[in-house]
Amino acid sequence: MTRLRLHELCGYRAGDKGDISNVALFADDAEVYDVIVAEVTAERVKEHFGAFVTGSVIRYEAANVLALNFVMHGALGGGGPRTLRSDSLGKSLGGALVRLEIEVPEALAERRAPRPDIGWAKAILEGLG
Amino acid sequence: MSSNGSVRIAGGQGFYGDTPRSVEGLLAEGIDYLCLEALAELTLAILQKDRQKDEARGFTKDLPAYLAAALPEVAAGRTKIITNAGGINPTGAARVASETAKQMGMHGLKIATVLGDDLMPRIDELAGATALAHLDSGARFADFPEPALFAAAYLGARPIVEALDRGADIVITGRCADAALFLAPLVHEHGWAWDDWDHLAAGTLVGHLLECSGQTAGGNLSRDWWTVPHPWDLPYPIAEVDADGVAVISKPKASGGRVSFDTVRHQLLYEVHDPARYLSPDVVADFTSATFSDEGDDRVRITGVRGAPATDTYKTLLAHHVGWAGETRVAFSWPEAREKATAAAAIFAQRVTESGLSVDEWCVELWGVDALGGPTVPATDAEPAEVVARVAWRCADQATAGLVGREMVPLTLGAPPAGMTGIGRGAARPTELLGIWPTLVEKSLVDSHVVVAVETS
Repeated sequence: MTRLRLHELCGYRAGDKGDISNVALFADDAEVYDVIVAEVTAERVKEHFGAFVTGSVIRYEAANVLALNFVMHGALGGGGPRTLRSDSLGKSLGGALVRLEIEVPEALAERRAPRPDIGWAKAILEGLG
Repeated sequence: MSSNGSVRIAGGQGFYGDTPRSVEGLLAEGIDYLCLEALAELTLAILQKDRQKDEARGFTKDLPAYLAAALPEVAAGRTKIITNAGGINPTGAARVASETAKQMGMHGLKIATVLGDDLMPRIDELAGATALAHLDSGARFADFPEPALFAAAYLGARPIVEALDRGADIVITGRCADAALFLAPLVHEHGWAWDDWDHLAAGTLVGHLLECSGQTAGGNLSRDWWTVPHPWDLPYPIAEVDADGVAVISKPKASGGRVSFDTVRHQLLYEVHDPARYLSPDVVADFTSATFSDEGDDRVRITGVRGAPATDTYKTLLAHHVGWAGETRVAFSWPEAREKATAAAAIFAQRVTESGLSVDEWCVELWGVDALGGPTVPATDAEPAEVVARVAWRCADQATAGLVGREMVPLTLGAPPAGMTGIGRGAARPTELLGIWPTLVEKSLVDSHVVVAVETS
């Protein structure tokens, strides 16, 4: 078994409703999905976020899109219009989740997230003069 | 309606402040309904303040810009518009829509308004009839800490369908469930029954995919986000939905962006709790029952959506005043940036405390270290190249919140750490903080007050 960050295996998106943040975790394929179903429990996610999430964490499965959805209560410092945090809507909490390390079988040990190629962005900025 | 009996609907707006430039590309594709979703949870608070200043306001001010872009297609009978831009004053919004049409030389358009979502005028009556219990904490309205700033029920698709059945070209609502804006034209065109749960669920799922505009077409994507074509020209999504509820999500061809299995699933779970029980006023949709087929060429087909009977309640949102917030930021560079930023925040906070200013809550963040990741960031001895200390605070009154920020100013020359520098151009003015109070209200207490009015411009 090897330890890997979820970032090497999954996509993510976070959304907000009041003081609740939901973070969806999207497996790259069915093999990864089986692993995250076993490894990424609500308890581990709750522990991972520590004092950032004051309430309960509930996990839902959406196997049809190879995704897990974590609903985190008390995750936004009181909710968008009430919180003092700079990330008032918790947009960054998806990235924070995929920082979590899990055990993966050897078959997945070499998986790595692709590295961004932003040549087009550099070209635009260089063109600004 | 297209030749195969499908209805083409598009999501042209995802929030108040989105760009009306989206509309042109969507209309060029040929769409039957342009749906404009303008209300986030907070937006009613903004509109409430507008209306306090001017009784004629209380709707989203960018509505005329959207109408100006779309009305020629509406007048030609090719497209209809459905929007919740009415906010807390749909009647005022309809007046402006009528004026916009008149200025463009168009007459005879049927403009409908949906009223009855605004519960503020009835708040005392409702508080007597129901607990208005907070959905998360269970606290009762009796514990509500301040006067309500707004109270609005998320209405469903039914009044919008009534407006369309009565010939409306433009339907303007206040608060309604986002997905209902998109479900309504499908019910109207396909004649789906109100207990046809699977079809209502399919239409609701499609609405959920369209309601956040660019987020279905390559916006806010993880994984290979840098491969999205021409991201500065991100398109807004289109759905073609047949009478069986089979849908194809696509985008205008002459645009950047991407529609794929991955972009669609990113939006499917956005702001969703239990995906097997997506609660809307019209149906309980099971998003886990759907099959998504990526057909390539920026087309994703959706089949097999299942639904269950709707609940007896409307989600309702109230908001109340909480206090006033201020914030300030200072930056330090290497060496010892993290320690210096921490010390500066502490010195500032201690100055505030000793000045006697009353602060009810503090938030200290170190940008460049763990401001956004918090406890998920692993501890490291690595020295950041630079760190920004951001300190935010909450006070009971606006004046105090402003005075607190001034205590950072003397540190410009009087902070022991070397190299403190400002970022940005001074502290922002205090902002008002609001608490959100989500609750449920029996449909029977709301429905009898829902009114659909249709007027000809």
